[in-house]
Amino acid sequence: MKATIVAVLLASIALAHAAEPDPRRSGYEFMTPQVQAMQRDDAANPAMLAVQDGAALWDRAAGASSKSCASCHGAAATSMRGVAARYPVFDAAQQRPLDLRQRINACRVNHQQATSFATESADQLAIESFVALQSRGLVVAAPSDPKLQPAIERGARLFTQRMGQLDFSCAQCHDGHAGQRLAGSTIPQAHPTGYPLYRLEWQGMGSLQRRLRSCMAGVRAEPFAYGAPELVELELYLAQRAAGMRIDAPAVRP
Amino acid sequence: MTTRRQVLTTTAGLAGAIWLRPASASAEELAAAIAAFAAGAPVRAGRVTLDVAPLVENGNVVPITVTVQSPMSAADHVKAIAIFNERNPQRDVAVFGLGPRAGRATVSTRIRLATSQQLVAVAKMNDGSCWTHTVDVIVTLAACVES
Amino acid sequence: MARTLITMPKTAKRGELIEIRTLIAHPMETGYRHADDGSVQPRNLIRRLTCRYFDGRDDVEVFSAELFPAIAANPYVSFFTVATASGSLRFSWQGDNGFAQTESVELTVT
Repeated sequence: MKATIVAVLLASIALAHAAEPDPRRSGYEFMTPQVQAMQRDDAANPAMLAVQDGAALWDRAAGASSKSCASCHGAAATSMRGVAARYPVFDAAQQRPLDLRQRINACRVNHQQATSFATESADQLAIESFVALQSRGLVVAAPSDPKLQPAIERGARLFTQRMGQLDFSCAQCHDGHAGQRLAGSTIPQAHPTGYPLYRLEWQGMGSLQRRLRSCMAGVRAEPFAYGAPELVELELYLAQRAAGMRIDAPAVRP
Repeated sequence: MTTRRQVLTTTAGLAGAIWLRPASASAEELAAAIAAFAAGAPVRAGRVTLDVAPLVENGNVVPITVTVQSPMSAADHVKAIAIFNERNPQRDVAVFGLGPRAGRATVSTRIRLATSQQLVAVAKMNDGSCWTHTVDVIVTLAACVES
Repeated sequence: MARTLITMPKTAKRGELIEIRTLIAHPMETGYRHADDGSVQPRNLIRRLTCRYFDGRDDVEVFSAELFPAIAANPYVSFFTVATASGSLRFSWQGDNGFAQTESVELTVT
């Protein structure tokens, strides 16, 4: 039954592609011209401050290994091109899906003999922004590894599951009412193409997981913990749903 | 965290912006702040354009640009541009110092607006004369506020 | 040292108008916000930005900005200046808790 739901969802997306122009719109398109200009201009995008910090972190030796990211990966513009576009991936070592953050921290621990970055810390977001920038302009890759399929299906179920005291599912607002208004804000379609991003509400950078958690708080549900499998499954489903859309990370959003 | 008070204040602010402009302590303070900056010179509408979205997505970060028509010559230039608000905790937003070396009297920044209110830009010329532009801005709450 | 991003042309013709865009990482804590326990988060602001143009002979302040709590976090300020002669533009931010930072950018004027 659940596989059927996913198959129908994916088939309808495929049908939409075949029959008519892509109805999917980036969150960028729902913003005022002033905030769009803030994102478009690298000289004005506050996320570029985090990217600069990330570039410095890339070259900094860390942990007992005294290796930097560059020691193994060389120039990020080459080695990291397309990487953010294909995450989350199925990790053979850990036998589960990992998102980009978890992959970076696995490198820190296993290859640099350093500690993980603190969750949602400035350094964590800086290195993620820097890596995500290397995929800007590329399209989101559809998760193709068959080992990811069960996780994608769980993510699809989470997306359509009613949650919280307000008893809303993600799909009700973001599939059913995208483009309409909720308390003065336009409801976006909820594609993850801009993450990590500078959110005006946060006055700072944040990850997709932070945004998902704050959506859950918004419907008065207890948010999944950072790094929870449910959040990675949702990220996977959102990547599948946004496959083929252009990445605009690190973005600005209201 | 969104409190009931914040929701009511914003609703009241929205109502005020659309239907009436009551005399209030903050409106007096705004007039006083403008008068202090003008240092006795009359403040006339014109020559200044305060560019801000009429409905902003988020009051935490509001992009604004102020442009003043001026040759920016040694004899005729903008010395300072001040920006004031009506309903934040305090009236001042920024004061920019310019001069003939600026070449063009255009400045941009990002400001915070606590609620729907008037925003005022005042330009002071080298001869002491002052020009102004006032804009009404509507500020709404974000839909899903993080707790 | 806060992260800054200053964008301006590297070269310009004499008398040409150049646009300068500045960004600096700073929380601009207003002093009006309360933590969940009711305590006030202390004010921590950048108060002033100045730009001085040093062309080997003159050292002139060509722009200044006095900033208040109503300026958004990670302050963005953009303005114009006339390229007069080759030299350096020095950007100084000063603020609460002894915050002081200067960045210098070279400009070649032909």
